[in-house]
Amino acid sequence: MNARYTEFHPRWYRPRMPVFWWVGRRSYLIFVLRELSSVFVAWSVVFLLLLVHAVSQGGQQYQQFLNLSRNPWMLALNIVALAFLVFHAITWFTLAPQAMVVRLRGKRVPRSLITGAHYAGWALLSALAAWLILG
Amino acid sequence: MADNIILQVTRYRPEREVEPTTQEYEIPLHEEWAVLDGLNHVKDQLDGTLSYRWSCRMGICGSCGMTVNGEPRLTCATFLTDYRPGPIRIEPLRNFPVIRDLVVEIGDFMRKLPKVKPWLIRDEDAAATDGELLQTPAEMDEYKQYSMCINCMLCYSACPIVGLEEGFLGPAAIALAQRYNLDSRDQGAHERMDVLSTAEGVWGCTFVGECTTACPKGVDPAGAIQRYKLTAAAESLRSFLLPWRSA
Repeated sequence: MNARYTEFHPRWYRPRMPVFWWVGRRSYLIFVLRELSSVFVAWSVVFLLLLVHAVSQGGQQYQQFLNLSRNPWMLALNIVALAFLVFHAITWFTLAPQAMVVRLRGKRVPRSLITGAHYAGWALLSALAAWLILG
Repeated sequence: MADNIILQVTRYRPEREVEPTTQEYEIPLHEEWAVLDGLNHVKDQLDGTLSYRWSCRMGICGSCGMTVNGEPRLTCATFLTDYRPGPIRIEPLRNFPVIRDLVVEIGDFMRKLPKVKPWLIRDEDAAATDGELLQTPAEMDEYKQYSMCINCMLCYSACPIVGLEEGFLGPAAIALAQRYNLDSRDQGAHERMDVLSTAEGVWGCTFVGECTTACPKGVDPAGAIQRYKLTAAAESLRSFLLPWRSA
Protein backbone atom coordinates (compact mmCIF):
# COMPACT_ATOMS: atom_id res chain seq x y z
CA MET A 1 0.00 0.00 0.00
CA ASN A 2 1.28 3.40 -0.90
CA ALA A 3 1.49 5.32 2.36
CA ARG A 4 1.47 8.67 0.53
CA TYR A 5 -2.00 8.05 -0.82
CA THR A 6 -4.84 7.72 1.59
CA GLU A 7 -8.26 7.36 0.12
CA PHE A 8 -10.46 8.66 2.90
CA HIS A 9 -8.16 11.21 4.49
CA PRO A 10 -6.65 13.29 1.72
CA ARG A 11 -6.05 16.21 4.03
CA TRP A 12 -3.64 14.80 6.54
CA TYR A 13 -0.77 17.15 7.13
CA ARG A 14 2.49 15.44 6.27
CA PRO A 15 5.45 17.33 7.64
CA ARG A 16 8.68 16.99 5.70
CA MET A 17 12.04 16.39 7.34
CA PRO A 18 14.10 19.53 6.79
CA VAL A 19 17.48 19.01 5.11
CA PHE A 20 19.29 20.24 8.21
CA TRP A 21 17.26 18.16 10.68
CA TRP A 22 20.50 17.11 12.39
CA VAL A 23 21.72 20.61 13.25
CA GLY A 24 19.32 21.61 16.02
CA ARG A 25 19.92 18.72 18.38
CA ARG A 26 23.20 17.72 20.02
CA SER A 27 22.61 13.96 19.83
CA TYR A 28 21.66 14.16 16.13
CA LEU A 29 24.73 16.29 15.39
CA ILE A 30 27.03 13.83 17.17
CA PHE A 31 25.40 11.00 15.22
CA VAL A 32 25.94 12.70 11.85
CA LEU A 33 29.54 13.57 12.76
CA ARG A 34 30.09 9.94 13.74
CA GLU A 35 28.74 8.82 10.37
CA LEU A 36 30.96 11.38 8.64
CA SER A 37 33.98 10.15 10.58
CA SER A 38 33.88 6.90 8.60
CA VAL A 39 35.11 8.88 5.55
CA PHE A 40 38.20 9.85 7.53
CA VAL A 41 38.63 6.29 8.77
CA ALA A 42 38.65 5.22 5.10
CA TRP A 43 41.16 7.98 4.28
CA SER A 44 43.47 6.78 7.10
CA VAL A 45 43.43 3.29 5.60
CA VAL A 46 44.28 4.70 2.15
CA PHE A 47 47.09 6.81 3.67
CA LEU A 48 48.49 3.77 5.46
CA LEU A 49 48.35 1.71 2.26
CA LEU A 50 50.16 4.50 0.39
CA LEU A 51 52.86 4.43 3.07
CA VAL A 52 53.24 0.65 2.85
CA HIS A 53 53.39 0.88 -0.95
CA ALA A 54 56.04 3.63 -0.79
CA VAL A 55 58.16 1.61 1.67
CA SER A 56 57.97 -1.44 -0.59
CA GLN A 57 59.15 0.62 -3.59
CA GLY A 58 62.43 1.65 -1.98
CA GLY A 59 64.15 4.73 -0.56
CA GLN A 60 63.33 7.28 -3.25
CA GLN A 61 59.61 6.52 -3.25
CA TYR A 62 59.61 6.61 0.54
CA GLN A 63 61.27 10.02 0.52
CA GLN A 64 58.63 11.25 -1.94
CA PHE A 65 55.93 10.01 0.38
CA LEU A 66 57.55 11.81 3.32
CA ASN A 67 57.68 15.03 1.27
CA LEU A 68 54.01 14.62 0.41
CA SER A 69 53.15 14.07 4.07
CA ARG A 70 55.07 17.20 5.05
CA ASN A 71 52.88 19.30 2.78
CA PRO A 72 50.85 21.77 4.88
CA TRP A 73 47.52 20.77 3.37
CA MET A 74 48.29 17.08 3.84
CA LEU A 75 49.30 17.79 7.42
CA ALA A 76 46.05 19.69 8.00
CA LEU A 77 44.02 16.88 6.44
CA ASN A 78 45.70 14.29 8.64
CA ILE A 79 45.19 16.35 11.79
CA VAL A 80 41.48 16.60 10.98
CA ALA A 81 41.44 12.86 10.17
CA LEU A 82 43.09 12.07 13.52
CA ALA A 83 40.53 14.17 15.38
CA PHE A 84 37.69 12.34 13.61
CA LEU A 85 39.34 8.96 14.27
CA VAL A 86 39.57 9.67 17.99
CA PHE A 87 35.95 10.91 17.95
CA HIS A 88 34.91 7.75 16.08
CA ALA A 89 36.68 5.47 18.57
CA ILE A 90 35.40 7.23 21.69
CA THR A 91 31.76 7.41 20.55
CA TRP A 92 31.96 3.81 19.40
CA PHE A 93 33.34 2.60 22.72
CA THR A 94 30.62 4.53 24.53
CA LEU A 95 27.95 2.75 22.48
CA ALA A 96 29.52 -0.72 22.65
CA PRO A 97 28.02 -1.83 26.00
CA GLN A 98 24.52 -1.19 24.67
CA ALA A 99 25.10 -3.73 21.91
CA MET A 100 27.03 -6.27 23.95
CA VAL A 101 25.28 -8.24 26.62
CA VAL A 102 27.97 -10.30 28.31
CA ARG A 103 27.09 -12.57 31.18
CA LEU A 104 29.52 -13.98 33.70
CA ARG A 105 28.13 -16.60 36.10
CA GLY A 106 24.59 -15.56 35.30
CA LYS A 107 25.20 -11.88 36.03
CA ARG A 108 25.37 -9.18 33.40
CA VAL A 109 28.79 -7.58 33.15
CA PRO A 110 28.43 -3.85 33.98
CA ARG A 111 28.62 -1.31 31.17
CA SER A 112 31.71 0.41 32.55
CA LEU A 113 33.66 -2.85 32.43
CA ILE A 114 32.84 -3.41 28.73
CA THR A 115 33.80 0.17 27.84
CA GLY A 116 36.92 -0.19 29.98
CA ALA A 117 37.88 -3.41 28.18
CA HIS A 118 37.63 -1.58 24.84
CA TYR A 119 39.92 1.21 26.07
CA ALA A 120 42.34 -1.35 27.50
CA GLY A 121 42.40 -3.13 24.12
CA TRP A 122 43.03 0.19 22.39
CA ALA A 123 45.90 1.04 24.76
CA LEU A 124 47.39 -2.44 24.36
CA LEU A 125 47.34 -2.31 20.55
CA SER A 126 48.72 1.24 20.56
CA ALA A 127 51.54 0.12 22.87
CA LEU A 128 52.25 -2.84 20.59
CA ALA A 129 52.35 -0.57 17.53
CA ALA A 130 54.63 1.90 19.35
CA TRP A 131 56.94 -0.95 20.39
CA LEU A 132 57.09 -2.26 16.80
CA ILE A 133 57.88 1.17 15.36
CA LEU A 134 60.10 2.66 18.04
CA GLY A 135 61.59 -0.46 19.57
CA MET B 1 -3.64 31.62 44.07
CA ALA B 2 -1.59 29.63 41.58
CA ASP B 3 0.59 31.20 38.90
CA ASN B 4 -0.35 30.89 35.28
CA ILE B 5 1.60 29.40 32.40
CA ILE B 6 1.19 29.71 28.63
CA LEU B 7 0.69 26.66 26.43
CA GLN B 8 1.59 27.16 22.76
CA VAL B 9 -0.42 24.42 21.14
CA THR B 10 -0.20 23.32 17.51
CA ARG B 11 -3.59 23.46 15.81
CA TYR B 12 -4.40 21.84 12.50
CA ARG B 13 -7.96 22.01 11.28
CA PRO B 14 -7.91 20.45 7.82
CA GLU B 15 -11.29 21.87 6.86
CA ARG B 16 -9.93 25.42 7.07
CA GLU B 17 -6.11 25.27 7.13
CA VAL B 18 -3.49 23.93 4.77
CA GLU B 19 -0.74 24.02 7.39
CA PRO B 20 -0.70 23.82 11.18
CA THR B 21 -0.79 27.02 13.20
CA THR B 22 -0.05 27.77 16.85
CA GLN B 23 -2.62 28.86 19.41
CA GLU B 24 -1.79 30.14 22.88
CA TYR B 25 -3.74 29.27 26.01
CA GLU B 26 -3.09 30.59 29.48
CA ILE B 27 -3.77 28.03 32.16
CA PRO B 28 -3.28 27.83 35.94
CA LEU B 29 0.06 26.38 36.97
CA HIS B 30 -0.72 23.80 39.64
CA GLU B 31 2.08 21.84 41.26
CA GLU B 32 0.37 18.50 40.62
CA TRP B 33 -0.68 19.13 37.02
CA ALA B 34 0.91 17.27 34.16
CA VAL B 35 0.87 18.76 30.65
CA LEU B 36 -2.12 16.52 29.95
CA ASP B 37 -4.02 18.09 32.85
CA GLY B 38 -3.28 21.44 31.28
CA LEU B 39 -4.68 20.29 27.94
CA ASN B 40 -7.74 18.88 29.68
CA HIS B 41 -8.24 22.26 31.34
CA VAL B 42 -8.09 23.92 27.92
CA LYS B 43 -10.56 21.42 26.48
CA ASP B 44 -12.99 21.70 29.41
CA GLN B 45 -12.76 25.42 30.19
CA LEU B 46 -11.25 27.38 27.33
CA ASP B 47 -11.62 25.73 23.93
CA GLY B 48 -13.65 22.58 23.36
CA THR B 49 -12.46 22.27 19.76
CA LEU B 50 -8.92 21.18 20.70
CA SER B 51 -8.26 17.55 19.72
CA TYR B 52 -5.72 15.21 21.31
CA ARG B 53 -5.53 11.61 22.48
CA TRP B 54 -5.39 10.44 26.05
CA SER B 55 -6.80 7.73 28.24
CA CYS B 56 -5.22 6.32 31.39
CA ARG B 57 -3.31 9.33 32.81
CA MET B 58 -0.75 6.96 34.36
CA GLY B 59 1.83 6.03 31.72
CA ILE B 60 0.26 2.72 30.76
CA CYS B 61 -1.99 3.25 27.74
CA GLY B 62 0.62 5.05 25.64
CA SER B 63 -1.88 7.31 23.88
CA CYS B 64 -0.92 10.79 25.11
CA GLY B 65 2.50 11.04 23.43
CA MET B 66 3.22 14.52 22.05
CA THR B 67 6.19 16.74 21.39
CA VAL B 68 6.74 18.97 24.43
CA ASN B 69 9.29 21.74 23.93
CA GLY B 70 10.79 19.71 21.09
CA GLU B 71 11.05 16.43 23.04
CA PRO B 72 8.82 13.39 22.55
CA ARG B 73 7.05 12.91 25.89
CA LEU B 74 4.08 11.23 27.48
CA THR B 75 2.10 14.31 28.46
CA CYS B 76 0.64 12.50 31.49
CA ALA B 77 4.14 12.04 32.90
CA THR B 78 5.49 15.50 32.08
CA PHE B 79 4.82 18.14 34.71
CA LEU B 80 4.02 21.75 34.00
CA THR B 81 6.18 23.03 36.86
CA ASP B 82 9.30 21.61 35.20
CA TYR B 83 8.80 24.16 32.43
CA ARG B 84 8.24 27.18 34.66
CA PRO B 85 7.98 30.05 33.73
CA GLY B 86 6.98 28.80 30.27
CA PRO B 87 5.75 29.06 27.65
CA ILE B 88 5.43 25.36 26.83
CA ARG B 89 5.32 24.36 23.19
CA ILE B 90 3.05 21.36 22.53
CA GLU B 91 3.18 19.79 19.06
CA PRO B 92 2.01 16.47 17.66
CA LEU B 93 4.47 13.55 17.60
CA ARG B 94 7.01 13.95 14.81
CA ASN B 95 7.40 11.55 11.88
CA PHE B 96 3.65 10.88 11.68
CA PRO B 97 0.98 12.47 9.49
CA VAL B 98 -1.27 14.80 11.45
CA ILE B 99 -5.02 14.19 11.33
CA ARG B 100 -6.10 17.12 13.49
CA ASP B 101 -4.42 19.35 16.07
CA LEU B 102 -2.32 16.95 18.20
CA VAL B 103 -3.77 13.72 16.84
CA VAL B 104 -1.45 11.76 14.58
CA GLU B 105 -2.16 8.93 12.17
CA ILE B 106 -0.70 5.64 13.42
CA GLY B 107 -1.81 3.23 10.68
CA ASP B 108 1.73 2.80 9.37
CA PHE B 109 2.96 1.78 12.84
CA MET B 110 0.02 -0.59 13.28
CA ARG B 111 0.82 -2.26 9.96
CA LYS B 112 4.49 -2.66 10.85
CA LEU B 113 3.98 -4.25 14.27
CA PRO B 114 2.52 -7.61 13.16
CA LYS B 115 5.23 -7.98 10.49
CA VAL B 116 7.67 -9.15 13.19
CA LYS B 117 5.22 -11.83 14.38
CA PRO B 118 5.05 -10.58 17.96
CA TRP B 119 3.60 -13.67 19.54
CA LEU B 120 4.92 -16.98 20.86
CA ILE B 121 5.68 -19.29 17.95
CA ARG B 122 6.01 -22.99 18.68
CA ASP B 123 7.15 -25.70 16.28
CA GLU B 124 4.17 -27.78 17.27
CA ASP B 125 1.07 -26.51 18.97
CA ALA B 126 0.61 -28.22 22.29
CA ALA B 127 -2.79 -28.97 23.74
CA ALA B 128 -3.84 -26.91 26.74
CA THR B 129 -3.99 -30.11 28.74
CA ASP B 130 -0.22 -30.58 28.31
CA GLY B 131 0.30 -27.89 30.93
CA GLU B 132 2.21 -24.61 31.10
CA LEU B 133 5.53 -23.82 29.53
CA LEU B 134 7.67 -23.24 32.58
CA GLN B 135 10.25 -20.51 32.79
CA THR B 136 12.88 -19.61 35.39
CA PRO B 137 13.23 -16.02 36.71
CA ALA B 138 16.58 -15.78 34.89
CA GLU B 139 14.91 -16.79 31.61
CA MET B 140 12.24 -14.17 32.14
CA ASP B 141 14.84 -11.50 32.86
CA GLU B 142 16.24 -12.09 29.37
CA TYR B 143 13.25 -10.46 27.69
CA LYS B 144 11.25 -8.74 30.45
CA GLN B 145 12.68 -5.29 29.75
CA TYR B 146 11.46 -5.46 26.13
CA SER B 147 7.99 -6.53 27.20
CA MET B 148 7.48 -3.22 29.01
CA CYS B 149 6.75 -1.39 25.72
CA ILE B 150 3.38 0.39 25.73
CA ASN B 151 3.37 1.26 21.99
CA CYS B 152 3.39 4.98 22.72
CA MET B 153 5.48 5.61 19.59
CA LEU B 154 7.75 8.16 21.26
CA CYS B 155 10.69 6.18 19.87
CA TYR B 156 9.30 6.56 16.32
CA SER B 157 9.00 10.27 16.91
CA ALA B 158 12.60 10.48 18.16
CA CYS B 159 14.15 8.38 15.39
CA PRO B 160 15.35 10.33 12.34
CA ILE B 161 15.52 7.12 10.28
CA VAL B 162 11.77 6.65 10.76
CA GLY B 163 11.30 10.14 9.32
CA LEU B 164 13.70 9.60 6.42
CA GLU B 165 13.01 5.98 5.46
CA GLU B 166 9.36 5.21 5.08
CA GLY B 167 9.80 1.44 5.08
CA PHE B 168 11.95 1.20 8.21
CA LEU B 169 10.29 -1.13 10.72
CA GLY B 170 11.26 1.17 13.56
CA PRO B 171 12.51 0.81 17.13
CA ALA B 172 9.42 -0.49 18.96
CA ALA B 173 8.64 -3.20 16.39
CA ILE B 174 12.21 -4.53 16.46
CA ALA B 175 12.38 -4.39 20.26
CA LEU B 176 9.11 -6.29 20.35
CA ALA B 177 10.56 -8.93 18.02
CA GLN B 178 13.48 -9.29 20.42
CA ARG B 179 11.03 -9.62 23.29
CA TYR B 180 9.85 -12.86 21.67
CA ASN B 181 13.21 -13.97 20.24
CA LEU B 182 14.73 -13.91 23.72
CA ASP B 183 11.77 -15.70 25.33
CA SER B 184 12.74 -19.28 26.23
CA ARG B 185 9.23 -20.47 25.28
CA ASP B 186 9.49 -19.13 21.74
CA GLN B 187 10.81 -21.07 18.75
CA GLY B 188 10.14 -18.54 16.00
CA ALA B 189 13.44 -16.63 15.82
CA HIS B 190 14.25 -18.01 12.35
CA GLU B 191 10.84 -16.89 11.03
CA ARG B 192 11.42 -13.35 12.28
CA MET B 193 14.91 -13.21 10.82
CA ASP B 194 13.55 -12.84 7.27
CA VAL B 195 11.87 -9.60 8.33
CA LEU B 196 14.47 -8.33 10.80
CA SER B 197 17.73 -8.95 8.96
CA THR B 198 16.92 -6.63 6.06
CA ALA B 199 17.62 -3.05 5.05
CA GLU B 200 14.16 -2.16 6.33
CA GLY B 201 14.78 -4.08 9.54
CA VAL B 202 17.79 -3.82 11.84
CA TRP B 203 20.22 -2.82 9.08
CA GLY B 204 18.23 0.35 8.47
CA CYS B 205 19.15 1.49 11.98
CA THR B 206 22.28 3.62 12.20
CA PHE B 207 22.34 3.71 16.01
CA VAL B 208 21.38 7.27 16.70
CA GLY B 209 20.22 6.05 20.12
CA GLU B 210 17.45 8.61 20.58
CA CYS B 211 14.76 5.90 20.76
CA THR B 212 16.23 4.70 24.03
CA THR B 213 16.51 8.24 25.38
CA ALA B 214 12.87 8.90 24.51
CA CYS B 215 11.44 5.65 25.88
CA PRO B 216 9.37 6.33 29.02
CA LYS B 217 9.45 2.66 30.07
CA GLY B 218 13.20 1.92 29.94
CA VAL B 219 12.87 -0.55 27.06
CA ASP B 220 16.15 0.37 25.28
CA PRO B 221 15.11 -0.33 21.67
CA ALA B 222 18.54 0.84 20.41
CA GLY B 223 20.19 -1.86 22.52
CA ALA B 224 17.73 -4.46 21.23
CA ILE B 225 18.50 -3.55 17.62
CA GLN B 226 22.28 -3.60 18.07
CA ARG B 227 22.08 -6.95 19.86
CA TYR B 228 20.05 -8.31 16.98
CA LYS B 229 22.62 -7.03 14.49
CA LEU B 230 25.19 -9.22 16.24
CA THR B 231 22.80 -12.18 16.14
CA ALA B 232 21.97 -11.64 12.45
CA ALA B 233 25.63 -11.20 11.48
CA ALA B 234 26.62 -14.35 13.38
CA GLU B 235 23.78 -16.27 11.71
CA SER B 236 24.83 -15.07 8.22
CA LEU B 237 28.41 -16.13 8.92
CA ARG B 238 27.24 -19.50 10.18
CA SER B 239 25.07 -20.13 7.12
CA PHE B 240 28.04 -19.15 4.91
CA LEU B 241 30.57 -21.37 6.68
CA LEU B 242 28.23 -24.22 7.62
CA PRO B 243 25.44 -24.10 5.01
CA TRP B 244 24.20 -27.58 5.95
CA ARG B 245 23.52 -26.49 9.54
CA SER B 246 21.53 -23.34 8.87
CA ALA B 247 17.76 -23.47 9.09
